[in-house]
Amino acid sequence: MVFIPLIVDALANAALIFFVAVGLTLVFSVLRILNVAHGSFYSIGAYLAASAGLWIVSAGAPGWLTFPTLLLSAIFVAVLFGPVVERTLIRWTYGKSEAVQVLVTFALFLILEDLQRMVFGVQSVYQDTPMTMLGVVEIGGIVYLNYQLLLIALAVFMLIALKLFISYSRTGKLLSAVVADREVSQAMGIDTSRMFVIAFSVGVFLAALGGALATPTSGVSPGLGADTMVLAFAVAAIGGLGQVEGAAIAAIIVAFAKVLAIYFAPSLDAVAPYLVMLAVLVVRPYGLFGTETARRI
Amino acid sequence: MTRRTIFMVAGLALLAAAPILFPFTQFVLTIAIAKGFAALGVALLLRAGLISLGHAMFYAIGAYAAAFLSARLGITDIFAILVFSVAISALSGVLIGLFLVRYRAIFFAMLNLAVSMVAYSLASKAYGITGGTDGLRVSVPTILGMSVEKSSFDVVLYYLVLVLMVGVGILMHRYMRSPLGHALSAVHSNEIRLEYLGVSARSTLLAAYTISATLAGIGGAIAAVSIGHVLPEFAFWTESGHLVLTAVLGGIAGIAGPFLGSIFLELIHTFAVGYAAEAWNMIIGIAMLVVIFFLPRGLFGLVERITGGKSRKGEAKL
Repeated sequence: MVFIPLIVDALANAALIFFVAVGLTLVFSVLRILNVAHGSFYSIGAYLAASAGLWIVSAGAPGWLTFPTLLLSAIFVAVLFGPVVERTLIRWTYGKSEAVQVLVTFALFLILEDLQRMVFGVQSVYQDTPMTMLGVVEIGGIVYLNYQLLLIALAVFMLIALKLFISYSRTGKLLSAVVADREVSQAMGIDTSRMFVIAFSVGVFLAALGGALATPTSGVSPGLGADTMVLAFAVAAIGGLGQVEGAAIAAIIVAFAKVLAIYFAPSLDAVAPYLVMLAVLVVRPYGLFGTETARRI
Repeated sequence: MTRRTIFMVAGLALLAAAPILFPFTQFVLTIAIAKGFAALGVALLLRAGLISLGHAMFYAIGAYAAAFLSARLGITDIFAILVFSVAISALSGVLIGLFLVRYRAIFFAMLNLAVSMVAYSLASKAYGITGGTDGLRVSVPTILGMSVEKSSFDVVLYYLVLVLMVGVGILMHRYMRSPLGHALSAVHSNEIRLEYLGVSARSTLLAAYTISATLAGIGGAIAAVSIGHVLPEFAFWTESGHLVLTAVLGGIAGIAGPFLGSIFLELIHTFAVGYAAEAWNMIIGIAMLVVIFFLPRGLFGLVERITGGKSRKGEAKL
């Protein structure tokens, strides 16, 4: 029964990928911008959570404080970067060509990469108090990390919360209106620029939360932002840009592809997500759950 | 002669004289022009409104082709290496292009990214062929059968690269002026109308994609023999992003733009290493934003403004 721990591994992995990919997809569906700097928010969230956790532990504070730190770091990153970046850089690119949008966000990615290096240094940071505090559980003779189970639960919670938020809250409904038809919703009096700020900040929050939650199991090192960005990109594309459930299912597919590759063909583990992406996009360029909007010849 | 031609000739003379006046510039400029070739390839696709986030792959293909010929097959002549790299990158351009020219806008960017990341991962894993993350060493090539010292080879290579740049530049100029080149800009402005005129957007783009892959491959081969080592990082997506930045920084309207952008960036990089190595990415990022905000036609647009009037109607825009 080698497969049961494999499934938990893959699902925990999928949970982390889901947070960052769903943020990317949300921003794309509302703002129509593919944010290349999205992975940087993930790694900034990760650095902040890990550094704050280390500080708490070294200050002799009780270890359980590291749990709220994970959430607070993500909120802090979202509040710090979300509104500012959207109101300055991103807003300027609305209505410009994709090339300009990709370039501006790529420039932002470069700036954020060095900013992290200046603030957090180039050392890897590892802070695993939340993981060790939760300990392990044994089910049917197999030992699981409780933290992994917590990650899966959090991802499921976030998926449901997002769906409820979009379908039932006033802001969520307004967001859907903006996604469906930007001009008409504007004409009907929806403050679209406020919607853009909200959507972008929520996207930053989700990325940073993914990063923060990842630190107890894997730590942070330079280059994480660039790696995460392509992975999130692959997952969002597989699911269909703008699809929340699509991102969840794509995250699971990619995580399983990765874990299976590690088990059966270790040399292919890094290639697996992109092969899946390629296979899906060649057949369905708009992703598994996407709808065909772009004109193709 | 127009003022533009005088400016170009002066620029070339300056490039030819630079290594004699400042020897340290020789390597920097060789690499800059190598990346300029790749950036020109990216600029070509940008003219059609297509942004490739994976063109560093073709740069890497050119580089690996050069390294493979030299390290695995033992053929070390520089001309053989260049021809082989061009052939391999053109071939991979056609094959990959056949798939990718069906897509537009963000889907084109995403698929290019996906293909290049597959190539990157394979290059890092296929230890037996590509040397894995250690990369491949490229020994000093011979020149028409003559073996030379690394230092004198570098001098020959530099002037060879200059000649190649001018030659390719002229060919590209012809291409842009040809119906095929004009059709490329038409894909950007109104693809449906182009099809109504009986021109296939697909074959226009396939030709452009192949040319752009070949240009990137030439750049990669030059970089491989100049550095003497190739690594999977050549194909990483951030490198592709840098190529797009370089193209836009220089300006995509003229042939000289991407080279100008590349030389400008490499020179700044060389000076920045001593003072602001830690902030290098930040500097490029900010420079890029400034260029996009204030110089939508890139540095080449600035040159045009100085050297005076020319109709900008119907020219490639981002």
